[in-house]
Amino acid sequence: MNIILFGNLKKHFNDFLYFLGGLTLLTLETFSLLFRPPFKKDDVLRQAEKMGYKSLPIVSLVSFFIGVILALQTAVQMQRLGSEMYIASIVALSVVRELGPVITALIVAGRSGAAITAEIGSMVVTEQVDALRSMAVNPVKYLVVPRFLALSIMLPLLTIYANLIGILGGYLICVYRLFISSTMYINITWEALKLKDIFSGLSKSVFFGMIIALVSCLEAFRVEGGAEGVGKATRSAVVASFILILAADCLFTAIFYFIFP
Amino acid sequence: MIKIEGLFKSFNHHKVLNGISLYIEEGETKAVIGRSGCGKSLLLKHIIGLLKPDQGCIFIEDKDITKLNEEEMKPIRMKMAMVFQGGALFDSLNVAENVGFVLRQHYHLNEGDILQEVRQALKLVDLEGAEELIPAQLSGGMKKRVAIARAICMKPKIILYDEPTTGVDPITADSINNLIRRLHDQLKVTSIVVTHDMKSAYKVADRIAMLYKGRIIKEGTPLEIQNTEDPVVFQFINGLSYGPMHGVVE
Repeated sequence: MNIILFGNLKKHFNDFLYFLGGLTLLTLETFSLLFRPPFKKDDVLRQAEKMGYKSLPIVSLVSFFIGVILALQTAVQMQRLGSEMYIASIVALSVVRELGPVITALIVAGRSGAAITAEIGSMVVTEQVDALRSMAVNPVKYLVVPRFLALSIMLPLLTIYANLIGILGGYLICVYRLFISSTMYINITWEALKLKDIFSGLSKSVFFGMIIALVSCLEAFRVEGGAEGVGKATRSAVVASFILILAADCLFTAIFYFIFP
Repeated sequence: MIKIEGLFKSFNHHKVLNGISLYIEEGETKAVIGRSGCGKSLLLKHIIGLLKPDQGCIFIEDKDITKLNEEEMKPIRMKMAMVFQGGALFDSLNVAENVGFVLRQHYHLNEGDILQEVRQALKLVDLEGAEELIPAQLSGGMKKRVAIARAICMKPKIILYDEPTTGVDPITADSINNLIRRLHDQLKVTSIVVTHDMKSAYKVADRIAMLYKGRIIKEGTPLEIQNTEDPVVFQFINGLSYGPMHGVVE
């Protein structure tokens, strides 16, 4: 029993090291190819449309619900203290600093990250990636770089949009359910938000975008076997992206807490 | 033109290539025959540098490609093209974009010139007018012909064909064989055709080599292979279930 347990632990640890090594190499190669011609602007725009613009409906829906839920949950506590007016600042700060960037990143990891792994994974299985290499085209330059750039640019933009929709959700509850005046809600929100709050949220989302692109592409390149392998890689990509996004969020929050308290 | 010396490759302690040596002259079409799973496709992937051998050398125009990295391989790969078994066409691109892919990636040509090259390549494979179709709309035979057109567009000196007639009906298979032969005659390319379809091997090849247990066990002209007395080759080319290969898993 102990031997089996130890054997499994050793295997998981080896897999983790293998994943980490692969991620480091892919990150280095992606950065080294980022500024090397040819630059395919159209590929980046196509990916940005697929992963950014087309994510707007789901991001709208989820961030609106988050704003509404946050306002309703805090309302219960704040009404007890007679401080309903602070709901606006709590919603604004929670959404802009934390929930907006993280929830948007998780949505994009589930939606676009999974799609990246499935698409490139299928290309691996059907020898399309080998075909690229045989035609002297670097698969990292052709497949990873456009997705990496698109996600690094689109995730902060989506986060700004998610923040606005989240705040709108809170606004609707406070104004139409708790009867706080519209002007007061907007003023409190505006006063509560500082530039560093917006900056910390958006800078995190740039890194979350990079994480989603790199992890999804790495898992796709490691696909083995047929359709089952693609399914397994897609699942692994989503799980690994979720874990790394939350770990990175924890790290960034700690850094911002100590450097810009 | 292509010289392979003592090539070894193992996967999980299973020796797939066990010391292959092979020479392909310039302008020659060589068919490599053997049972499924014997390492024929693996050999092609080594020749184009997609895989590195455990041991051995592959010389292409006197340059040992096993010592080259991806960047150094680029000029060599620009002289070669590979037609993959399933075509390996890019799903997200239409036929014209697939065929002109290399031109867009490596040459600064305007769209008009690219389209002209694409049309010329499609004409050679008898697929004029198929420019706008996407790979999902193509039959197996059409996919293989588009893959050949994509290979021609590179203007390669060497073309590697991986099972070009597998999975297509006999009439399409014959038209692909004729196409390979025509390309050989018109473009004077050096070709390696990996196949287990003997009709195809006899039709396209100048010489045929048989791969068995990771080695080349017999090589000769199609006539010499047809008249062989080697029991393994005899069993394979005649498609007999009983013989020295019976029960051997490659």
